[in-house]
Amino acid sequence: MLDPAIVFASVLNGLTTGAVYALIALGLTLIYGVLHIINFAHGAALMAALYGVYFLHQKAGVDPYLALPLMVPAMFGAGYLLYRWVIGRASHGRDENILLVTLGIAIVLENLALYLWRSDTRTIETAYTFAMVPIGAAMIAAPKLAAFAGALCATAALLYVVTRTDLGRAIRACAKERQGARLVGIDVEHVFAMSFGIGLACLGAAACFLLPAYYVNPQVGSGFVLIAFTIVVLGGMGSFVGALAGGLLIGVVESLGGLWLGESLGQIGIFLIFIAVLLFRPQGLFGARA
Amino acid sequence: MSESRSRNRRRLIKAAAALGAAALSPIPLVGRAQPAPIKIGVLHPVTGFLAYSGNLCRLGSQIAIDEINAAGGIKALGGAKMQTVLGDAQSKPDIGAAEVEKMNEQGVAAIVGAYASSICLATTQSAAKYNIPHLVDVGVADQIVGRGLKNTFRFGPGYKVIADSAVNYLHLLNTLAGKPARTVMIVHEESLFGTGTANLLAAQLPGLGYQVTEVIKHANPTRDFNNIALRVKAANPDILIPANYYNEYALLARTLKQQSVAPKAIFSVLGGAASSYKFVKEFGDVANGVIDVNHWFDPMDKRAWALKKKVDALQDQFFTYEVFLNYQSVYLLADAIGRARSAKREDIIAALTGSAWNEHFMPYGPTKFVDGQNQGAQPLMLQVQKGDIKVVLPNTYAQAQPVFPWKV
Amino acid sequence: MRPLALIAGLAGAVALLPAVVESGFVLNMAIMTLYTALIAQAWNILGGFGGQFSFGHAVFFGTGAYAMAVLQVKLGLNAWLALPVALTLGAAVGAMIGALTFRYGLRGSYFALVTLAFAEVFRILANTFQFTGAGVGIQIPLRESAADLQFAGKPGFLFAILALTVASLVIAWWLKHSRYGAWLQAVRDNEDSAAALGVDVFRVKLAAIALSGALMSAGGAFYLQYFRYVDPHIAYGPAISVEALLAAIVGGMGTIFGPLLGALVLHGLGEATRSLMQNAPGINLVIYGVLLVLIVMFLPRGIAGLFGRKA
Repeated sequence: MLDPAIVFASVLNGLTTGAVYALIALGLTLIYGVLHIINFAHGAALMAALYGVYFLHQKAGVDPYLALPLMVPAMFGAGYLLYRWVIGRASHGRDENILLVTLGIAIVLENLALYLWRSDTRTIETAYTFAMVPIGAAMIAAPKLAAFAGALCATAALLYVVTRTDLGRAIRACAKERQGARLVGIDVEHVFAMSFGIGLACLGAAACFLLPAYYVNPQVGSGFVLIAFTIVVLGGMGSFVGALAGGLLIGVVESLGGLWLGESLGQIGIFLIFIAVLLFRPQGLFGARA
Repeated sequence: MSESRSRNRRRLIKAAAALGAAALSPIPLVGRAQPAPIKIGVLHPVTGFLAYSGNLCRLGSQIAIDEINAAGGIKALGGAKMQTVLGDAQSKPDIGAAEVEKMNEQGVAAIVGAYASSICLATTQSAAKYNIPHLVDVGVADQIVGRGLKNTFRFGPGYKVIADSAVNYLHLLNTLAGKPARTVMIVHEESLFGTGTANLLAAQLPGLGYQVTEVIKHANPTRDFNNIALRVKAANPDILIPANYYNEYALLARTLKQQSVAPKAIFSVLGGAASSYKFVKEFGDVANGVIDVNHWFDPMDKRAWALKKKVDALQDQFFTYEVFLNYQSVYLLADAIGRARSAKREDIIAALTGSAWNEHFMPYGPTKFVDGQNQGAQPLMLQVQKGDIKVVLPNTYAQAQPVFPWKV
Repeated sequence: MRPLALIAGLAGAVALLPAVVESGFVLNMAIMTLYTALIAQAWNILGGFGGQFSFGHAVFFGTGAYAMAVLQVKLGLNAWLALPVALTLGAAVGAMIGALTFRYGLRGSYFALVTLAFAEVFRILANTFQFTGAGVGIQIPLRESAADLQFAGKPGFLFAILALTVASLVIAWWLKHSRYGAWLQAVRDNEDSAAALGVDVFRVKLAAIALSGALMSAGGAFYLQYFRYVDPHIAYGPAISVEALLAAIVGGMGTIFGPLLGALVLHGLGEATRSLMQNAPGINLVIYGVLLVLIVMFLPRGIAGLFGRKA
């Protein structure tokens, strides 16, 4: 188990798996950082996005990576409307209500998927499913490398939007000081909806990178939610760099933990880190002190 | 011919036909009422994380009930039809138990269900309070039967029998090939069925001369199998034994192929996908060569193939163990009701207890229940060869020779 | 109506239920509703009255269930003797988590997420160790006698859960009317002001989480005696945590009867939707989810909010 070749391969696997986690966490950290919502529906939204990529492939023959320009805007739109029509209206601004609303949405999405597409697990097979890239002594699946690249690009894109655009400035204003933002004329509800939309758009991207290496069924989202929350906290709520770094770190921890403690017990490493970070550095690795 | 005259004519013909049919039936025309339908509770997790299997279970039960009714219902009770009372356990034991309560109120004569062992533990218990006969369709945990509950009956095998058979088949397979395999590695899912099976295997294999190099337990769901694949590669066992659910099995098999890990055999025990037509169809080459010791039907029996054809004709459905175990459980129930000549719960239980039913297509022989477990129940050993699933052991049921070691 | 009188009245009505109703289905519904009310009330003490939202209340539930199971099966202890041990363990786990998290000043969503993490850690540990049965779980033997805290018929279980739930209601009433309760609610409303007024915030929160933990583990203990089987997923999985907080919030947080109202509504809703459209699995839960969102949309203070501030 301490064989350097295996450890090296394990670390690489952890990084690539972590990249997908990061993509999922990027959206969540934006939603949490700006709206202060713990989005229980994040996993279900990921599942919906995965079905989107699946059907685009099966029915229209669209390659998952080529589906990016379709999925990202579609998920953005869905997120915007979901916030505008449902979440914004239902919560009346109370935190616990937002929680329940997102929980309700998660139940609806999951069971709608069950009703429409049944519970079969669906996979896709592409030309590059078995393409392996040798890196040193390790063999890494090509889709996973693509996911790694995707996570880097997505982080960069989000950073650009948030730091260099007007929208980004408005988002930061709303996140920091809601009332103040309102007072200077920012349409806060619109900005929130945009943020929620961007958050879900990240899931659209995540789905494109995830499906080739995984599968989809109505319950698939719940396996990622907890990890996504862990990463958001670890990285610092609202920090994109944090989500990326956190995702990669958690991926490696999960991988090495699985290698040394066994896959089942190894999962414990993730949560112990989570607890430790919360206790000793709650702002996360890259977050600002609250 | 005028309208009313033709209508009257049709009525006359219909009446004559009815009279004729009635004259041919053994029941007197006077006072003949349709016998009361027999309510059968069909309880499975059709929502929640077990939904896939639960829906297949429900399908199997429903097909059987429809067939029995189409063939004239329970003849001994005057052609009484079986009436389905559907229940959803929502993948939770407490909901399953609540559904049993509801079914009891609705007056079910018996219950078939509930797929998962943890749910079955709860439902059989609840049913016992009302003395409702409960046929356990799949739930392999041995604790379900032998608890002293007189109402619980399991047609198929439990995991002790399955593990014992698996060990014997593995040894037989190896011996027949000249004993090329010495080391074994087990990869199992972390809950009841995986852990239980793995424990039994790990305990018995050393006694037959096999070295269990490693036992790896993984979570449900596991998002990535590369680590496990790496460990298998490093340990290089002769035989890899997976025991997990469909999703994880498929992902593991694919990852093993990606990492070029090719043991002499992937020998599954209750492998979630290994003897699944869906897996074979969707994963093609990855599935080839995989061996599984699992629930299976007697391949010589035409009735099994007839059912398969029926299921295949349905859209997106596959002929899985969930389907045929439920199908047979319902038929077993129908037989018991017929022999009891009664739809009363205690009579059905008595009939099941003394049942010696052999009109099924499973490799079990006539049923014989001891403490609720059908003694003849056994798994078969299967292998995916050239894109099809074949029975390879025992010889009495074999359709093909096992290929071991498997060359990629 | 005075709350205590209302509690007594409800208790009396429920106690009479077995005499009036024979239906096992109704009795089971009553039992499960009271059980949900109990765990929701446990959550309510920490979340509603204390303002500390927990997403991982399963950590206490599972501890109670496993304690009862392990003590009975591995140590042969009688269920009645195991019960106080289970409750104490629940409180102890609460105190431990509280000491760690409150010492480091975790609040709001941070606190919520850390409780979730603890629940997961416990789940993984329960899945690993042999003495909790690992993945196989623990089944306690069937002994239908009151001496073993199992009952031959439903009425016995109904009275047991009724006793526990009534106790939880009384505790909630006490929180609304006692000095300690006032401190707790002050901490909830504004922790810094409360500290400025001389409330020992840390001790107050610690006591709340211990109390909440003990009540939640009582729920776990009951679950085990009623269903006689527990595994890591049932004990520490998210389903129980969600059920507790859902009923408490929907019913009305920080109120005495909120959890009970929430339990009634959720169970009624669940039963009603489960019977709908049996042939199309999933649709019934879609309706359930939609109704949930609607309830939150139109009753932002929960169902108790309909009754004004009295509840």
